[in-house]
Amino acid sequence: MTLAAIKTKAATLKAGFAEAGALPVDCPVLLPAETLLDLYGEDIRTRAFLTHDPVRGEVILRPDFTLPVVQRHMAEGAEPARYTYAGEIFRRQEEHPERPSEYHQVGYEVFDRADPAGADAEVFARFADVLAPYGLRAVVGDIGILIAAVSGLNTSAARKAAMMRHIWRPRRFRALLERYSGRAPVPPTRAALLKSADPLAEAGPVIGLRDHDEIATRLAALRADAAEPPLAAGQVDLIEALVRVSETCGYALERLRDIAVDMPAIAGAVDRLAARCDALSARGVDVGNLPFDANFGRTSMEYYDGFVFGFSAPGHPDWPLVASGGRYDALTRQLGQGREIPAVGGVIRPGLLVDLEEAET
Amino acid sequence: MSIKLGVPSKGRLMEKTFDWFSTYGIGLTRTGSEREYSGQVDGVDDVELVLLSAGEIPRELAAGHIHLGVTGTDLIQEKLVQWDQKVAPLAELGFGHADLIVAVPACWVDVDTLDDLDAAAAAFRARHGFRMRIATKYHRLVRAYLHDGGVADYQLVDSQGATEGTVKNLTAEAVADITSTGETLRANHLKVLAEEPVLRSQATLFRSRVAAQSEAERATLRAVEDRLGL
Repeated sequence: MTLAAIKTKAATLKAGFAEAGALPVDCPVLLPAETLLDLYGEDIRTRAFLTHDPVRGEVILRPDFTLPVVQRHMAEGAEPARYTYAGEIFRRQEEHPERPSEYHQVGYEVFDRADPAGADAEVFARFADVLAPYGLRAVVGDIGILIAAVSGLNTSAARKAAMMRHIWRPRRFRALLERYSGRAPVPPTRAALLKSADPLAEAGPVIGLRDHDEIATRLAALRADAAEPPLAAGQVDLIEALVRVSETCGYALERLRDIAVDMPAIAGAVDRLAARCDALSARGVDVGNLPFDANFGRTSMEYYDGFVFGFSAPGHPDWPLVASGGRYDALTRQLGQGREIPAVGGVIRPGLLVDLEEAET
Repeated sequence: MSIKLGVPSKGRLMEKTFDWFSTYGIGLTRTGSEREYSGQVDGVDDVELVLLSAGEIPRELAAGHIHLGVTGTDLIQEKLVQWDQKVAPLAELGFGHADLIVAVPACWVDVDTLDDLDAAAAAFRARHGFRMRIATKYHRLVRAYLHDGGVADYQLVDSQGATEGTVKNLTAEAVADITSTGETLRANHLKVLAEEPVLRSQATLFRSRVAAQSEAERATLRAVEDRLGL
């Protein structure tokens, strides 16, 4: 029964997005793996199916549509552009063998420079509208606020870069915060290294590709870092307060404005959140009851760097998100080799909608 | 109906397993010629000895082809997804100790922790234009370990043997491998990170959670477990 039902559901959703002005696009199932490996590194191997083609090298079974759609847009798209697509994607499920490793996604992506807040609201409102009959719980977040907070910290550029690199790994991010603020002790190995006048002198032969120069460069960086004063406790508290914000949008905005008084670096990002809330309101979204979670989207793949959203099924705590999306400007910057285009979009899993409908009857 | 006990078919691991069972009055012997993988069990009824490569025992347990099997924890955890749902450890046999560790060149005086490894990997990628390569045959375990440790910007390269030589041969920057004394590592100018190992492994007796069991087979399993004092 269900495959036909899922395909019908997917086609209906896609047709709806097309009617709203999106251009339907198709993407190959087998993609060159290089770009994805470059973006995600080894982690992609735990989430996607990679295989080897004797001619094309490493290839990957489409783990999502975003990347091929962005590439297509960068290569040949006119601006602004709206795209929709539907099809299977493939994910390894080592952690959750009970979940399918092949399932359908329907997506809607907007590439538009003119009005980011408006584009964010447009995508969310379209999803909220389509999903309204299913009684899902929506949540929104904004990774741009944390990024702004880190870039505004009163510490070295090296420390900020390290934290920025780990925004999407919350545990590691926290560990760095503790280290830089002096709350976590310096590991004994590091302390011993810093005491030694010339640690490379008795290091033995230099083997491998990482050469003497690279080791010396990092030693110098470690010495500079040790001389760096600890991150002020106040700043750590503010970051911690910021990632804990989890309220409805109105209260969250108030809370973030309070934090911005002591952390002016996030003021611009908070203004953007306020503009987005206004744009959502203008589109009829009940912002007053919409939950905001500052941590949302930090553990997904590292696409999203601004607005993020998700829809979950309240009766099914073990399910993945039924729909999710967000803004991924940085991805287009990375793929565009100097060019970039602000982009926001999301996907729906028609299979889960069909399951919900069947549970109803 | 008899139950099947899988034991490594070669070398010290086989001999030590035989010794371990014999201390409980269960005699395992290899029959036939040296090349023939068949065996005999004395001292307990209805148990059939199956001699297998240690690397195949996890798969045979998970498929339910054998009821009991002796192999390393490392192989079980590397080869079986959600291993604890497929097999249950019954007893650690006290030999075959080995740690799965991550090692880097000893000259990397700036790298002792996973935190260091991550920072070095980031700088390496910026400098060389590709991710730092770590040679291993334990892909799943090492990937999960590095993921938990927050290490990014690395890639695993497959190495099924002589892994310690890959750094010198410039096919990897670091290695993740099994070691018991660390001598081979030192001889190849490598040092182990000052972290908990990826895994502490030893030869362990596992019971398949998957193998179908009749009433008679269950009774036989119980008899074996009683004999082993489990």
